[in-house]
Amino acid sequence: MWRRTTVWFLLLTITFLSPACGATTSQESLSSVPRTIENKGSDTIVNLALAWAEAYQEIRPEVRLSVTGGGSGTGIAALINGTVDIANASRRIKSEEQTEAEANGVTPTEFIIARDAIAIIVNPENPVDNLTLELISDIYSGKINNWSEVGGEDRPIVRLSRETNSGTHVYFLENVIRLGDAQSETLFSVDTLLLPSSEGITAEIRQNPNAIGYDGLGYVTAETKVVAVGTSLEGPFIYPSPETVNSNLYPIARDLYMYTAGQPSGEIKEYLEWILSPQAQEIVNKLGFVPISP
Amino acid sequence: MKTGGFKEIFITSLIKVCGYSAIIFVGMIFIFLIKEGSPALVRVSLENFLQIRWYPIEDRFGILPLIGGSLIVTAGAAIFSVPLGLASAVYIAEVTPRWAREILKPLVEILGGLPSVMLGFIGILVIIPALREALNLPTGLTAFAGSLILGGMAIPTIVSVAEDALDAVPKTYREAALAMGATRWQTIWRVTLPAAKSGVLTAVMLGVGRAIGETMTVMMVTGNAAVFPTGLGALFKPVRTMTATIAAEMGEVASGSTHYHVLFFIGIVLFLISLTVNLIAASVVFRQRKRAERILS
Repeated sequence: MWRRTTVWFLLLTITFLSPACGATTSQESLSSVPRTIENKGSDTIVNLALAWAEAYQEIRPEVRLSVTGGGSGTGIAALINGTVDIANASRRIKSEEQTEAEANGVTPTEFIIARDAIAIIVNPENPVDNLTLELISDIYSGKINNWSEVGGEDRPIVRLSRETNSGTHVYFLENVIRLGDAQSETLFSVDTLLLPSSEGITAEIRQNPNAIGYDGLGYVTAETKVVAVGTSLEGPFIYPSPETVNSNLYPIARDLYMYTAGQPSGEIKEYLEWILSPQAQEIVNKLGFVPISP
Repeated sequence: MKTGGFKEIFITSLIKVCGYSAIIFVGMIFIFLIKEGSPALVRVSLENFLQIRWYPIEDRFGILPLIGGSLIVTAGAAIFSVPLGLASAVYIAEVTPRWAREILKPLVEILGGLPSVMLGFIGILVIIPALREALNLPTGLTAFAGSLILGGMAIPTIVSVAEDALDAVPKTYREAALAMGATRWQTIWRVTLPAAKSGVLTAVMLGVGRAIGETMTVMMVTGNAAVFPTGLGALFKPVRTMTATIAAEMGEVASGSTHYHVLFFIGIVLFLISLTVNLIAASVVFRQRKRAERILS
């Protein structure tokens, strides 16, 4: 996480400082003061937001964009405090945050900017092709401990997860392990391995036929096998893809959001309109997320 | 004797400030840790701290699995690195000819300079799969993998410091032992090693200290599952250490939250553990010196 953030920060600095420096020397005569759109929040979205910012820079070089990660909560907090123009979130704003914002005189406006599916991945040697949401929940909560119980070989199950600070971890806990039941207190099994990066999960699954893991569709590589997920044992079992996510067939998918303080205007409004355009949504596709259907 | 006046006073006080600054920094770090960590004791109940579940996003702050995890990885690393490190030090100092020593010692020291992230990557790509297959474990991401790599990292420190200590033993000791008919082994085991004991102990402490404080490698190879270790079998299961917990969670924790204070509290525990190790070692060295003085007088 640290390393990735640092790399992005460097890239960001390079990408945005260099044209900005160029602009000040070559376009000094321009009277309008260039305005920076501050964009902060979810680490899930940071790569996407950065790619958008880079592409937008080519179309509208006079608009400066600054993109940072830090987590959905951090982004929304900054929006409430008025330090950013757009907050990125991989979850919907919480009611407490909404109240806090209104107390501060800010009305957050929501935009769904892309969708993300969470893929369940196993080693390619693993014969298990299909799992239901309930079975996945039982595996991760520790009720099922052997692959033979779900139609696989007689092998122990090694559960892999992202660290607790990842938005994906929280989403998985609430919507898969607890099956969306807000009252449930089921937790990850104690022996779940918490790995600090997507790369750590992929590396372990690639070589360990006992392992099961989950990750955003954009991070899945060809070296791991994606499991089809269904809601009942009779099926149908659905593979995650842009089509199945957009038609709401794949059950582990979520919307990704951007929030602005009140109705956006001027350059922020133009930027958000561009993000929802087919041209920007094409970038969503390239990064492995699911574009929103027009 | 005439002093250099202003210049002399300036330089003396500069050196004095440098000397004291080490103490001041340690003191300031400790005060900072206490200030940020102590609110945890007020906000989190004792039962909460002593449960065996660490799941901070649901306010479960059982730190016992983390302490156990750190101890088991460090103990494993010590079991592996102390005998090997001391044996290499003895070999380099006492057995090899001088020219071989000039090659071996710098090589060992280069090994000590390898960045820990790199060792972690080697661990993930090579050691983890090999361990799983060789020992038929569910996963190679275990305390044992951490112990192996940390032990490997501690060895250069142990070899380098212990070799210096052995080298500093006066040649007359060895000559006296050999003249009395002791074999080479007896000389090393009964004379040279005991004479260099305090230096050797420092070497072990520095090595173990490096192992307990190491973060990046353990975070990459131990699996980070906060399971409370029970018995020797825990060495072959995943563990979560204190250092990995702080590193993994500090980056995103809201400043001033309960979780934030608890992470600093873990820092205090870590500090106290290494302080205890240091004090025990220091008292052993001190007692020894007194005994040696008695014998000499």
